[in-house]
Amino acid sequence: MMSDFLKVTIERGPDARNVRQVFGVPAYKSQTVLDAVSWVQQNADPTLSYRFACRVGMCGSCAMMVNGVPRWTCRTHISKVLDGNAVTIGPLRNLPVIKDLVVDMDPFFDKWIAAEGVHHGGLTREDQIAPVDERSAERIEANSGIECINCSVCYAACDTVAGNPEYLGPAALQRAWTLLNDTRDRGRDAILAAVSGKGGCHNCHSIGSCTAYCPNELDPMSAIAGLKRETTKSFLGKGR
Amino acid sequence: MLGLHHYLLQRITALLMAPLVLGHLAVMIYAVQGGLSAAEILGRTQGSVPWLLFYGTFAVAVSIHAAIGIRSVAHEWIGLKGVFLEAVTWVTGLGLFTMGARAVWAVTFA
Repeated sequence: MMSDFLKVTIERGPDARNVRQVFGVPAYKSQTVLDAVSWVQQNADPTLSYRFACRVGMCGSCAMMVNGVPRWTCRTHISKVLDGNAVTIGPLRNLPVIKDLVVDMDPFFDKWIAAEGVHHGGLTREDQIAPVDERSAERIEANSGIECINCSVCYAACDTVAGNPEYLGPAALQRAWTLLNDTRDRGRDAILAAVSGKGGCHNCHSIGSCTAYCPNELDPMSAIAGLKRETTKSFLGKGR
Repeated sequence: MLGLHHYLLQRITALLMAPLVLGHLAVMIYAVQGGLSAAEILGRTQGSVPWLLFYGTFAVAVSIHAAIGIRSVAHEWIGLKGVFLEAVTWVTGLGLFTMGARAVWAVTFA
């Protein structure tokens, strides 16, 4: 049974490790971690900065470290993560902190572009809509990765990103993998070249934190393994 | 930091080493069954091209495989970059190859 008040510790400021504030937050049924953060901002300290938008696990903007683990806070019941009646909330790992719980997502999204995670169209508006066979192996592979909400939980969970800042990270590489398997995308060579560079898929150690922590239960680790296979096949086939 | 070539070289050398390790262990266990002296070992390896190839391949594979592994560790744990990272990679690889090749040569043709 939960007590009436929760002890919520929030890591504040860009230098988050040194500034921790403790708040007493009233507990109630079906309370999420985001609810607790919002209560602090609305009732205890209006200067607390954090991000959220949809509150239903679609927009990917509210991810934070909760007791040292990256989570989507709007869909995380606080009762499931409490340590006694206490919880510690901090900004996402592996990204620069702007203020309090707000991180700069630029490096994360820049890497999507660097991994060629953009659509490479081959048709004009005069052409027929390209047919997509829902049952083809490629489409099934692509479908398994397209529900990514860009929350950066996998990026924050990844120990390879932590040690190797150039590494493109699980989300960007999974995006590249879905496009590689999309029959409408004509950027195969560009994608394979982009994910074979210095920060590319071959840096992945298959630790699997991305797959373990993805709130949408996607499997970026297997997507990255797919990229390793395809780049290898392409290299051996073409001698590139 | 690790490109496609590093990745492929490390996987290919791993594939080479797997049977070589098993062969090495099997021969070692078999050979010492009745007790075996250094002179007896050298008697079998001296002048043997097959043993030169077996352990020579091993030395080359280990040198490449370990150098790339150390490269990853040096970058991710110590933060080495650029020429320093290249230097660590090559010194590790060439150092291991020199030691390995010297040992292989010593028991086969020296």
